[in-house]
Amino acid sequence: MWRDLRGAVVAIVILTLAFGFAYPAVMTGFAQVAFKDKANGSLIIRNGKVIGSQLAGQEFESARYFHERPSATSPAYNAGATTFANLGPTNPDLAKNVTAAAAAILKLERPYNPGLKIGDIPVDAVTTSGSGIDPDISPAYASLQSRRVAAVRHLPLDAVQKLIDRNTDGRSLGFLGEPGVNVLKLNVALDRESS
Amino acid sequence: MNGQGLGQIIVYAVVLIALSYPLGIYMAKIYTADRLPLGSLERGFLRLVGNAREQSWRSYGTSVLIFSVPFFVLLYVLQRVQAHLFLNPDNLANVPSHISLNTAASFVTNTNWQYYGGEYTMSYLSQMAGLAVQNFVSAAVGMAVLAAVVRGLARRSRGELGNFWQDLYRSCVYILLPLAVVLTVILVSQGVVQTFHGHATATTLEGAQQTIARGPAASQIAIKQLGTNGGGFYNSNSSVPFENPTGLSNFFEMLAILLIPAGQVFMFGRMVGARRHATMVFAAMFVMFAIGVAVALPAEQHGSQVLRNSGVNITEGGGQSGGNMSDKEVRDGIANTSLWAVATTNASNGSVAGGHDAFTAYGGAVPIVNMFTGEVIFGGVGSGLYGMFFYIVIAVFVAGLMVGRTPEWLGKKIEAREIKLAAIGALFVPSMVLFLTALAITTKGGLASIYNVGVHGFSETLYAYDSQGNNNGSAFAGYGATNFSANFGAIAMLLGRFVPLLAALALGGSLAAKRAVPESAGTFRTDGGTFAVLLVGVIALTAGLMIFPALTLGPIVEGLMH
Repeated sequence: MWRDLRGAVVAIVILTLAFGFAYPAVMTGFAQVAFKDKANGSLIIRNGKVIGSQLAGQEFESARYFHERPSATSPAYNAGATTFANLGPTNPDLAKNVTAAAAAILKLERPYNPGLKIGDIPVDAVTTSGSGIDPDISPAYASLQSRRVAAVRHLPLDAVQKLIDRNTDGRSLGFLGEPGVNVLKLNVALDRESS
Repeated sequence: MNGQGLGQIIVYAVVLIALSYPLGIYMAKIYTADRLPLGSLERGFLRLVGNAREQSWRSYGTSVLIFSVPFFVLLYVLQRVQAHLFLNPDNLANVPSHISLNTAASFVTNTNWQYYGGEYTMSYLSQMAGLAVQNFVSAAVGMAVLAAVVRGLARRSRGELGNFWQDLYRSCVYILLPLAVVLTVILVSQGVVQTFHGHATATTLEGAQQTIARGPAASQIAIKQLGTNGGGFYNSNSSVPFENPTGLSNFFEMLAILLIPAGQVFMFGRMVGARRHATMVFAAMFVMFAIGVAVALPAEQHGSQVLRNSGVNITEGGGQSGGNMSDKEVRDGIANTSLWAVATTNASNGSVAGGHDAFTAYGGAVPIVNMFTGEVIFGGVGSGLYGMFFYIVIAVFVAGLMVGRTPEWLGKKIEAREIKLAAIGALFVPSMVLFLTALAITTKGGLASIYNVGVHGFSETLYAYDSQGNNNGSAFAGYGATNFSANFGAIAMLLGRFVPLLAALALGGSLAAKRAVPESAGTFRTDGGTFAVLLVGVIALTAGLMIFPALTLGPIVEGLMH
């Protein structure tokens, strides 16, 4: 029994050194050499300053920008404390939040897009994401916002649509996952086009 | 549902079968070879541990416990003092005692239930040297026990099942480590973070400050997927882009969930020399996997009544996934998030690509039922297949009753002792889950954890004890951590792990000692389709009937409400 316990402690020390230290250290060493930017968070740097990450949505309230999906983190789009909203399918708060989000979108977009109906809003625009920092919106939601952004920035609609297409991540290898428009990259590209 | 989503699922299934078969052959070699490359390292390890003898099931089981208890203590202490230790660049505080207890139980039992939020609770040291180490070794314990039980089935008239320390070492070094290294490389190439730097701070385009948590994540995510662990580096697990950034990373992370458990079925067939039988077991598992997908995917694509009534467009196509996108990510969409939910609860993985609490009533019922079977649909690494052995014993027993003969399995007589052990193995955990759910739903302390109102609150409670009792670790994550839920959860995880584990070892030991009986015309054949159908039927009749009343109180009522 005591002999076994001593053996177990020895095994624990060896396994902790191997898998708790050596393995992550070697993997980190590899990652920092082979994929430095990605391993450090795919940060986007503008004028020498970190302005965000390609992999994290951020808050956009101005009409000049494309907007993200709703977020359940606090504050919204907190990439330091991700969370689901955890509202069940029959939760009255879910209905309230969805209705409010749809109304806000209609209010924001209708001045630039008078014919817009609630049935034109894709579901990802009114639902929280899993992480709270989903960097993507659906191509449908991006198109819906394009008239507003084009009008506010005095850009031709097709120029904005072209930027959307350029910042759409298609499916991996053409068939894995779903296409999404990276909102931060798109907004950075817009700023470059018309500051 | 369109062809695109279905196509991805079919590709997944094909690649899973194509890779798990050779892996199964490889694993059979690893557990049966006298000598392997780099054998001197193994001999050195065994010499230091001081035990390289063949062990009886009792001795093997004792080694498992003696190995697990100090690790449990170490993991608890590490969390309680992390603030004073190194590799804590974000200066996180010590973890509260009830959370540390639950988490220690959670990781030692291969559960990875998360009452903590990874990126804002655990220091890098706790994640690496505590949690990720357990991701390897708790998985390896399950794999070792399976190897021992399978040896018991293969052997004739012997008492020993192998050596725990050797099986543990080989599981870690020859199976988990190489796969984890390959997966880490794939994940880092896709954008999963792997760094010792602390969080980054960004000034957003609109001038706000954004904290971006980072860390040595890819190496941990690789093993949490492969070892059916599931504990996320981040709170929202694999829905977080830093954990799962692309369609490709998502595919490989999903593949890793079922790869080893599926391979172990083929390994079993090789080691006992009953490949057709193993193929039938695989077929039974695959059918149950497919049924889960066939229920969950249409339910999620159809969406909830709330979303349908809201007037927004939830129809797939026209540049969106449609469906129930609540707590799901755009790049994963409906098909992948649903497939993930099925796979992760088939196995005892418990990682998620979206919030299960927000799933539709029937979409969320699939994980509950999957877990309640004891996670035998491929299942946890090791634990899935040895859990399935209990049902196989019951199935051949039922078949024996029908033809009026002593039941046999793999040329061994199944007698009262084996039936008793199988009954304990198959029924203990589901009974405990229902008991704890009842306790939590009828006491103030239990009710305090509920987040959603109405019947969904009951589903949250059922899910919590179902998940912890079966060592899954996924959650209806609104369910909160209190002293009550953390402590009863820890008890559920520990009993749910070690009772079936010891029952399986005892079963293996009992069968190892038996003589082979020659097959006769009256022997029920376990290598045909009839057996696969019977096996699925037995699972439906035991686990299925036990969960059904609870299911009607939760998801079914919720589904009928709208």
